[in-house]
Amino acid sequence: MSVLEVKNFKKSFGKIDVLKGIDFTLEKGEALSIIGSSGSGKTTLLRCLNFLEAPEEGQMFVDGNCIFDAIKDKKISSNEIRKRQLNFGLVFQNFNLFPQYTVFENVCLAPKLLAKDRDDYKHNKKAIIEEIEENAKKLIERVGMTSRINMYPCQLSGGQQQRVAIARALAMDPKILCFDEPTSALDPELTGEVLKVIRSLKDGDTTMVIVTHEMNFAKEVSDKIIFMDEGVIAEQGTPMMLENPQTERLKAFLTAFNQ
Amino acid sequence: MTFVSFSDWLAQAPAWFQNWPEWIQNFAFQFYQTFIYADRYMFFVNGLKITFIVTIGALILGVIIGLFIAIIRVSHDAVVGKKPNIILRIFNRICIWYLTIIRGTPMMVQLLIMGFVVMVPETETQCVICGIVTLGINSGAYVAEIARSGIMSIDAGQMEAGRSVGFNYVQTMWYVIIPQAFKNILPALGNEMITLLKDTSLVSVIALRDVTKQAQNIVSLTYQAYVPYISLAVIYLVIVIIMTKLLGILERRLRQNER
Repeated sequence: MSVLEVKNFKKSFGKIDVLKGIDFTLEKGEALSIIGSSGSGKTTLLRCLNFLEAPEEGQMFVDGNCIFDAIKDKKISSNEIRKRQLNFGLVFQNFNLFPQYTVFENVCLAPKLLAKDRDDYKHNKKAIIEEIEENAKKLIERVGMTSRINMYPCQLSGGQQQRVAIARALAMDPKILCFDEPTSALDPELTGEVLKVIRSLKDGDTTMVIVTHEMNFAKEVSDKIIFMDEGVIAEQGTPMMLENPQTERLKAFLTAFNQ
Repeated sequence: MTFVSFSDWLAQAPAWFQNWPEWIQNFAFQFYQTFIYADRYMFFVNGLKITFIVTIGALILGVIIGLFIAIIRVSHDAVVGKKPNIILRIFNRICIWYLTIIRGTPMMVQLLIMGFVVMVPETETQCVICGIVTLGINSGAYVAEIARSGIMSIDAGQMEAGRSVGFNYVQTMWYVIIPQAFKNILPALGNEMITLLKDTSLVSVIALRDVTKQAQNIVSLTYQAYVPYISLAVIYLVIVIIMTKLLGILERRLRQNER
């Protein structure tokens, strides 16, 4: 059974149809790259997955359970949305770390707040917090930021901030980790260190959806690639499709890219 | 005895003082009458107590009201696409009316209405409460707009980041947005605090003996306005300077995690 299934997502902003019916599935441990020119709806699709936008039509299943249905979920409570949202983690283009907290606090804060809702929180407060902090330290080590654990985001380079943002998203243990152009705000050198972290996640069997403009990286890391154009999936397939594009549109896109 | 004549006073002054220019003698006499004779400095001390109590009380009330209104207004305006729920819309309407009425009428008139129409205080404590409530309600309207501008100044990405790691709206506001917004509005908030302090000089119209009223009392005892009123101005000035310095320190401390 696929870990994520998206059926017929449609979304418009005013008169502009941004998504015109998107379907795809994703298996556990797979990495999916979404490519396409600006304005093709990649980011909107990712935001729909993360409940930051609500599609007007369509359904979404995680592990076979319907977690979004545009018709049924019109009147859903925000608390319920929040629960469902936690199936996904999101890494933003411009990091969006919380500037008033240190690296460590950035990673710990959300799990700590979520733990307060647990029934046994009052009894095992100490143990739970300790476990969260332990886990946070591990994640920070995993993205190679242990030496800067007590620094504030403003004291870090863009690449380092993005690595912390990845650790923050991982701290909620999402089933699917989404990246919204994670390296677009970075120079080539910093891009490298972030891509290295994403690659290591791939080796660790994290299921990922990556919106990216890094063609070579997409080719290398993904199991599956979706090429979006004007709100529809113009072509999807294995990374080989970048070598051997079938549609004219993807051909044109890749040619422009390689110039 | 409430009054001593200039010649009597000069007669008992030390011999070396008798030869000083008359304008200095005159000034010293006024100073003596304003502060020293019959322990009149206590007028100022007692007045300052009232001024401080009213200022601090009104400040706390104003910040609470202001923050509350700002959050309602921002939450209302943040809903895009669909209509916000009915309770939020009613609250928003009330807030807009409140802002219009409070900002549209003079402070003095509000004090007169609260003091003689709405609350009609009798004891001194009631007068103090009436003053705090009136000034707090007035200040709240201005703080509301300041706080709103602060919340709106925070990048929308911060809210999205908070949501993506599973915070609910209130948690995102409390842990992420408000700390950052507070830092941004501190200069404007300081401005409002200074205005509030100086506005307390109006509370004498509801029979509160604040420092301004006490200075007036001294004038009515000594028939000399120069020293009491100039001293009054200096007292306000010194308090404002101290407040500005403290705010500067707070601001610098809050900015430590930037740059």
